[in-house]
Amino acid sequence: MTEAHKFVDIRHAQKAYGDLEVLKDISLTVDRGEIVAIIGPSGSGKSTLLRAINDLDSLTGGEVWLDGVQINKDLPYRQYEKHINAMRQQVGMVFQHFNLFPHLSVRDNVTMAPKLLKGLSDKEADKLAEEQLNHVGMLERIDYYPSQLSGGQKQRVAIARALAMQPKLMLFDEATSALDPELVEEVNLVMKRLAEEHMTMIIVTHEMDFAASVCDRVIFMDKGVVVEQGPPSVVFQNPTEERTKEFLRKHLAQHHAQNAAEAAALTAAQTNEGAK
Amino acid sequence: MGLDFTVVPAYLDTILIGVLWTIAITVCAALLSFFGGILFAVIALYAPWFLRLPVRLFAWLFMGTPLLLQLFLIYFGLVELGIDLPAFVAGVIGLGLHFAVYNSELIQTAILAVDNGQMEAARTLGCSRAQALRKVVIPQAVRDVIPPIGNNMIALLKDSALVSVIGVSELTLSSQLAIGRTYRPFEFYAVAAVFYYVVNLGMEAVMRRIERKTSLSR
Ligand SMILES: Nc1ncnc2c1ncn2[C@@H]1O[C@H](COP(=O)(O)OP(=O)(O)O)[C@@H](O)[C@H]1O
Ligand SMILES: [Mg+2]
Repeated sequence: MTEAHKFVDIRHAQKAYGDLEVLKDISLTVDRGEIVAIIGPSGSGKSTLLRAINDLDSLTGGEVWLDGVQINKDLPYRQYEKHINAMRQQVGMVFQHFNLFPHLSVRDNVTMAPKLLKGLSDKEADKLAEEQLNHVGMLERIDYYPSQLSGGQKQRVAIARALAMQPKLMLFDEATSALDPELVEEVNLVMKRLAEEHMTMIIVTHEMDFAASVCDRVIFMDKGVVVEQGPPSVVFQNPTEERTKEFLRKHLAQHHAQNAAEAAALTAAQTNEGAK
Repeated sequence: MGLDFTVVPAYLDTILIGVLWTIAITVCAALLSFFGGILFAVIALYAPWFLRLPVRLFAWLFMGTPLLLQLFLIYFGLVELGIDLPAFVAGVIGLGLHFAVYNSELIQTAILAVDNGQMEAARTLGCSRAQALRKVVIPQAVRDVIPPIGNNMIALLKDSALVSVIGVSELTLSSQLAIGRTYRPFEFYAVAAVFYYVVNLGMEAVMRRIERKTSLSR
């Protein structure tokens, strides 16, 4: 079946906070099943763009369409609330700081929305929770509370919670940035798995290796505009724009410095151990 | 004339019935103040002005005037408007609403302190704002104020003595009855004090239990 419309279609997105223009007329599209990474320096508007897709931050201009339906429709308040709640059910979002519900068990984190919004019975909800948690390798922790989990485990539960609403599109905003380095891989694995299942994903990330290995396309943003986009092999190895080159260079240097610092810390720790 | 506690046992059943009334009025008023406090907090923060304004006024009245006066107003004053409440009901309403106002202040602060990411996470799943408040924000706010609400409930228990003045035969009034018969104020007030203290301990134990039960959910 050919689609008359683009799956995700962002048209002339603009966002300003007072005089500060955070998004400057951004247009881009994402196909069904496509996996897109958004990279760029901090403050370039990546989160704002991602959050505009489910209208968590409303645009000051432009349109966002999902699967032929405009998300940020101009409707009277009540009608708009109804419309946006229905749209958001189709878009899963994963946050840097997980935002799990601390007062609910892992099971209830996953089943709260499906029970409330889709009227699932307790039994159906339990089945759903077991499936989704099994999918992210967290089934054994189903009766734990978020406070009893590691960061990587929390993020995997947060992914399961989003997937439990059976979204068409998943948004990840630096899903691994808050994690200790040794916990990053378990979350990346879950995301890779989703990629293999052809979930449409838009991933804001600082991890170039991950973006290169998982994504079909990389978008480089800076100062509220899309500077460059293309397949990872092109954007990472052969960028055309000067700003992209500079960003990647800086990022690489930082990455090396960080690795060196970590290695130094490790050596210091080992020396200390030895001295004891 | 020395103290003589041997007069107490003859009135023990009167006193114990008073204890039961004290517990009954405290529990009923505590429940009213708890749920009323949540309701007032939500109205104060989120309702349109025509609901918010009366609740503000009402809160100001209940915080700025003596509880004793409020009880008189509800029990004796409302009769003039054709509302003739039983003393127990009037006492529960007076105490309950009075402490609901104080609980509401605590809960409002706690609601505003819940991390905004919680509301956002619920909204991205498709919850309406009301659903997110009900399922995510308010439960966390309430959980966070359990200790100070517990303190309010202890204050409520002590203030429940005031409903003796509108004729609810709770612990204070039953002690006064016994004193009226025996002319032994020290003995019976001392006994009443002990019973208040025991009920107080019981309430604190319940509060600790609730706190323990919610400790994992932080
Ligand atoms: N609520 C807000 N009010 C004012 N400025 C904001 C707000 N949110 C974000 N910004 C600004 O918008 C710019 C882009 O932010 P963001 O989208 O978070 O960038 P990124 O995710 O790429 O680091 C930043 O300069 C930030 O300070
Ligand atoms: Mg960001």
